[in-house]
Amino acid sequence: MSPGRWLGLGAGALVVALVPGTLLALVWRAGGLAVPLAADWAALRFTLLQAGLSAVISVALAVPVARALARRRFPGRGALIALMGAPFILPVVVAVLGLLAVFGRNGMVNRALAAAGLPGLEIYGLHGVVLAHVFFNLPLATRLILLGWQRIPAERFRLAAALGFSGRDIARQLEWPLLREVVPGALLTVFLLCLTSFAVVLTLGGGPGSGTLELAIYQAFRLEFDLPRVAMLALAQIGLCLAVTVAALQVALPQVSGRGMDRVAERFGTMPPAFGDALLLAAAALFLALPMVMVAARGAAGITDLPVSVWQAAARSVGVALVAAALAVVLGLALAQAALNSRWADRVAMLALAASPVVLGAGLFVVLLPLGDPATLALPVTALVNAVMALPLVVRSLAPALRAIEADHGRLADSLGLVGRARLRWLWLPRLRRPLGFAAGIAAALSMGDLGVIALFSDPTRATLPMQISGLMGAYRMGDAMAAAVLLAGLSFGLFWVCDHWGRHHADD
Amino acid sequence: MLTIEAVTITLDSFRLQADLVIATGARVALIGPSGAGKSTLLAAIAGFQPLASGVIRWRGQDLAALSPGLRPLTMLFQDSNLFAHLSAAQNVALGLRPDLALAKAGWRRVEAALARVGLEGMAGRKPGALSGGQQSRVALARALIRARPLLLLDEPFAALGPALTAEMLALVAEICSETGATLLMVTHHPADVLALTPDCILVAEGIAHPPQPTAALLANPPEVLRRYLE
Repeated sequence: MSPGRWLGLGAGALVVALVPGTLLALVWRAGGLAVPLAADWAALRFTLLQAGLSAVISVALAVPVARALARRRFPGRGALIALMGAPFILPVVVAVLGLLAVFGRNGMVNRALAAAGLPGLEIYGLHGVVLAHVFFNLPLATRLILLGWQRIPAERFRLAAALGFSGRDIARQLEWPLLREVVPGALLTVFLLCLTSFAVVLTLGGGPGSGTLELAIYQAFRLEFDLPRVAMLALAQIGLCLAVTVAALQVALPQVSGRGMDRVAERFGTMPPAFGDALLLAAAALFLALPMVMVAARGAAGITDLPVSVWQAAARSVGVALVAAALAVVLGLALAQAALNSRWADRVAMLALAASPVVLGAGLFVVLLPLGDPATLALPVTALVNAVMALPLVVRSLAPALRAIEADHGRLADSLGLVGRARLRWLWLPRLRRPLGFAAGIAAALSMGDLGVIALFSDPTRATLPMQISGLMGAYRMGDAMAAAVLLAGLSFGLFWVCDHWGRHHADD
Repeated sequence: MLTIEAVTITLDSFRLQADLVIATGARVALIGPSGAGKSTLLAAIAGFQPLASGVIRWRGQDLAALSPGLRPLTMLFQDSNLFAHLSAAQNVALGLRPDLALAKAGWRRVEAALARVGLEGMAGRKPGALSGGQQSRVALARALIRARPLLLLDEPFAALGPALTAEMLALVAEICSETGATLLMVTHHPADVLALTPDCILVAEGIAHPPQPTAALLANPPEVLRRYLE
């Protein structure tokens, strides 16, 4: 077998060992499963409720926003689309701090409501969890739907104008068929992301009746170390995620990519007045930008006064993010090249979509327990889990690009005997530069902001930056928390920018 | 000597049979209607098209076990004969070593090959900065430097104008003379290449016929060829 095949199999085996493997390890160490209690059923119900609400609200809002973006041309359109990409790599704790500043008890919205003599909003609990999930997923869904919108050829709109279509005719003949194609995938994507979302629920949920399965696993593990219960909850969580992933793969998940969104669909004939679209886009931009602006405004000044422990945590986080990104890219490339010849590799990568970081972390913890104090391995384990969690995105970015390279240049490379390392060095890597940079950037930024596994292993001497911030929030040191959040957001975006820029620079395509 | 022994190629409902011999050093054109299987036959020789039955041998050695890169041949495809991300020199150097780990002497050979095809001083350019004719020259420089005993051309100059095509074919003739290569080329204009390819293989109606003198065939074409040539 060629080295490439071994690498592909190795990467696949690692994912299988981690995703279903850690679950088995948990069940085995627990020696059995606990019987679900009423609280566990409540956690399941809350999980489905918040994920369902988040998905429906995000996508329902994303459809008109995407339509407005697709059909309007205005200064700042590119910036707005870029803003739509920001929450995806924005660390959850930063967003939560921003949302608290806007919608929190003492936030600007509640102060305005109080001034007007109206009752305030409650951010903790279901409201807050859904609000934060919409903040993250509205822009994601908008980008997914916008990409679909731009697949409608301009000629169709021209034809529609030539045939004298009204706005309603266009909606029925052109837009509705498109939405029927894109919306199910977007709904399932958001639903799945919200099932495994942990940091949002940890910070904004968690009260009685507002904890998800993921949080219940964390609490059962961290507070009670009740392994049979952890195993039972983990089984439920993974079963649920796996079922949704399988369903999602049936409807062809839309692709997340940074490109191809700058085209404005050419429209002819009459258009509805721009006022509605303008209002909608302004509201969406405000909703997305305001929390980030609040954090930046309140935190920026405090960065220089941050305690040394925060800077140390930042250094640890950058290290973890770089290792995770490198690992994700190597594993992703190994799987992408295995996917050229067989279908299993793609499926294995998607298996990681169903992975729950808390289950992964807990499973690795019990596996490592006999070897010594797992806390000493907190950082390497975090990097590994982050890499695996990023794999679906990485493979989705690399595999189609690699397939295109092989379709365009495979024969020539074969005829010249360009195989093995020579093919990697002189064909794949140079031509994969763009998706490699993008994938590495995403993986690094996601890892930088991750607050999942590390919370399970937590040990103050090995805290990452998101953990430090969550600690500062817990201690009500909001000034320091905001300043550290600015640092974290800057580092996340910075890592993404550096990687993505490397990919675009001198890319030959 | 290239021998194609009782070869059958099947592609869905398409079927091509060939049983023929091409002498070492021969220059042979493949002519016949579109879709008759000319490119498919070349692809089979080059190792991109599996055989349903039969054997292809070069000097008695069965080629089946050899991957495309190890076969004693250079093939120029209809398009994308160069890697757009590599310089002209690197594209040529792949013909010496696919890992591009060339010593000084190797790079000097590459430069000489580029000079030989009229591309002096263009070594550092990427294909995007070269004209169509120059790109073809780079591919020919690589064929020259690989110096494999068989040269297969699957209409690599189809996108060039008639004058440029004639220039390229002259260069091909020179390369064949210098390397002693046996030439097989697909063409739609047998009259134009009469001088270059004294022999030709008629590929039509599912059969690749043994080589025959091009001039005689064109003087008295069978019905299927006449219909196609008109």
